[in-house]
Amino acid sequence: MEDGQSLVSRIREGDCAVLKRDDVFKAVPVLRRRKIIFEKQWFYLDNAIGHVYGTTFEVTSGGSLQPKQEAEETNKETKEAGTDNRNIVDDGKSQKLTHDDIKALKDKGIKGQEIVQQLIENSTTFRDKTEFAQDKYIKKKKKKYEALITIVKPSTRILSTMYYAREPGKINHLRYDTLAQMLTLGNIRAGNKMIVMETCAGLVLGAVMERMGGYGSIIQMYPGGGPVRAATSCFGFPKVFFDNLHEFPLSKVDSLLSGTFSTETLPSEPEDNALAEEESNGLTDEKQTSLQKTEGESTTEAAMEINQTEEQETMDINAEDVEHRENKEKENKENVQEKQRRQWERRKKLLETAALLREKNADGLIVASKFHPTPLLLALLEFVAPSRPFVVYCQYKEPLLECYTKLRERGGVINLKLSETWLRNYQVLPDRSHPKLTMSGGGGYLLSGITVVLDKGKSDSSNLEALKMEEPSSKRCRVQDLHG
Amino acid sequence: MSFVEYGDMIKDGDTAIVFLGHESMFPVKVQHGTVTQTKYGVIRHSTDLIGKKYGSKVTCSKGGWVFILHPTPELWTMNLPHRTQILYSTDISIITMMLELKPGSIVCESGTGSGSLSHAVIRTVAPMGHLYTVEFHQQRAEKAREEFREHGVEHLVTVTNQDVCKNGFGVSNIADAVFLDIPSPWEAIGHAKSALKAEGGRICSFSPCIEQVQRTCLAMEEYGFTEINTLEILLRVYNVRTISLQIPDLGKAAEDNSSTGFDSSNPSNQATTTVSRSIWLCLAFGTSVY
Repeated sequence: MEDGQSLVSRIREGDCAVLKRDDVFKAVPVLRRRKIIFEKQWFYLDNAIGHVYGTTFEVTSGGSLQPKQEAEETNKETKEAGTDNRNIVDDGKSQKLTHDDIKALKDKGIKGQEIVQQLIENSTTFRDKTEFAQDKYIKKKKKKYEALITIVKPSTRILSTMYYAREPGKINHLRYDTLAQMLTLGNIRAGNKMIVMETCAGLVLGAVMERMGGYGSIIQMYPGGGPVRAATSCFGFPKVFFDNLHEFPLSKVDSLLSGTFSTETLPSEPEDNALAEEESNGLTDEKQTSLQKTEGESTTEAAMEINQTEEQETMDINAEDVEHRENKEKENKENVQEKQRRQWERRKKLLETAALLREKNADGLIVASKFHPTPLLLALLEFVAPSRPFVVYCQYKEPLLECYTKLRERGGVINLKLSETWLRNYQVLPDRSHPKLTMSGGGGYLLSGITVVLDKGKSDSSNLEALKMEEPSSKRCRVQDLHG
Repeated sequence: MSFVEYGDMIKDGDTAIVFLGHESMFPVKVQHGTVTQTKYGVIRHSTDLIGKKYGSKVTCSKGGWVFILHPTPELWTMNLPHRTQILYSTDISIITMMLELKPGSIVCESGTGSGSLSHAVIRTVAPMGHLYTVEFHQQRAEKAREEFREHGVEHLVTVTNQDVCKNGFGVSNIADAVFLDIPSPWEAIGHAKSALKAEGGRICSFSPCIEQVQRTCLAMEEYGFTEINTLEILLRVYNVRTISLQIPDLGKAAEDNSSTGFDSSNPSNQATTTVSRSIWLCLAFGTSVY
């Protein structure tokens, strides 16, 4: 396996990179002469190519990036400061520079640091502020005028944070700490044979792939025509990671379980789905690759069209036209053959994946989708070996309650746990430490458990659990009595 | 079996987890000829365990049964013998993600403690990564080495017995990530930096007290670390039970027979008709895991 850890990671053209400014992230393709808009700034990434990931850049006039020099912190000579704000009146007149003055400075090309310095000098109330307030003021102005952008390498941490902040709807509001729990509870690691069912734009799949490092195998179950892997491509995995990534349509699961599986009716072309679910966070490159994929399709269609028009023009035949037509027909044949060949490939892959599932020895199951979890779990657990963990994510608690109960009835699962995590971040500064934001409830819920050998008759363990579920006031039978 | 690879059958020498029921389980070292006592009776390793499939139900001598589970770092965390306060899976999960650990990562850790996080890290970085873990307590260091050996992961971890604040991790410029869970982490930040790769890496320090966090953040800043973030994660587990609530008797409107449809003259009937309506009640136990 490629051990990218030992080599310094540099920004390369074609990469998917993540732009970062303070706590705002955006994923973009690294392409030359491509204008990027991020946090009210316009620039080109050309100058960034070749630099190490993690480098911070300044946006200079003209939209080019320059690596930020290690600026020595302006030695604040004995800062004059006040003790509190009892005499500071907020009349909006403390800043002597006007909006136009500042604009003029910006147009002159003055660096952000200079502008901040100017603002401080022209503020009548600055020296009356407390040291802390001055600090806060400087930080705020720096944030506005010093346009510093860091280019970071995508990872689960970065992408899950980005998606939750920018497009939570695309990932069913799966917060990154919840995702972190899933990866650990599911014992995701190199060598596993995982079943993943997600409708989170491929983010969960990518996270699982990252933790598997290219080892083992993944079978992704998908609804409709094909899996959406928009986020997965952001991770920048080496091609070899995809060798053991399989997919299987949900629409065939029932037939597979009942033994009536066949490849007669294939789901519609996945390429259509890829176009429909395009990322809106700046991955226009996505379109290019999808278009390339459907090239085969559209040439076939175009060929069909040409066929029709030629039939209309049967009147105007001359030698040239005949030769032209013959060439076109040859092209049509080739395209049709190509399409058939690809269909045959897909059928073959589908059969292979079905065989993998039929082994019923998967090492784990991860579900994170917009669908009701119960039918998914009841079906997909059949493919998992005993003594293996499974984790189901749901944006809402109630469907998991039903799932929990249905699983108890089914049996073959133990250690069921319904949980939620709360996240709190802190500002930690000398004498100024306090919590910032508490995130609760909005990150989704997890139902996890471990499979065990399923008793074909009504599982005894469910009997046991049913007893435990009785009203607290009623007496519980002693276990000994049950088995006596 | 190993902590970094699944096996199907229980073998002599394995560490297996005996599951007795809700939240009740313990680890067991599978050995020919040994017996294990449980509240449901005796388990004879030679006949009941060895050669059986993981996930099987095993009936004990008194008639009760248990399940035998394949070990995972998460199950180990819940069942390992505590030599120190440990980290639980909730914190371990977010640490793993924030440090960007994955197969191949090189990680430095101190203190090893009871090995809870260590097992989780080893699982994540296998098969090409490595964990360098430092423990200043001699017996704990030795016990950790022993456990890693028993669990088949000794090739993925190096335990060093020294004080990380004085002597560092014993390696330099190779780590992708450093983790600290010690009383005075600010004293180890410098050593952490030299253990990390020259091009940089991630660091995480775990402290129960905010004062420690403050000092550590300051030290991190002094040593040139950026993007310093402080997080707290809390786990809330929900207890799911099915109960039914009785519908109250609101009486019947006079003369009108068709009003509520309940036979108010017979209160027990009311109870019977409503028993079939189950209402899901979810009881929440907030469990903060440190």
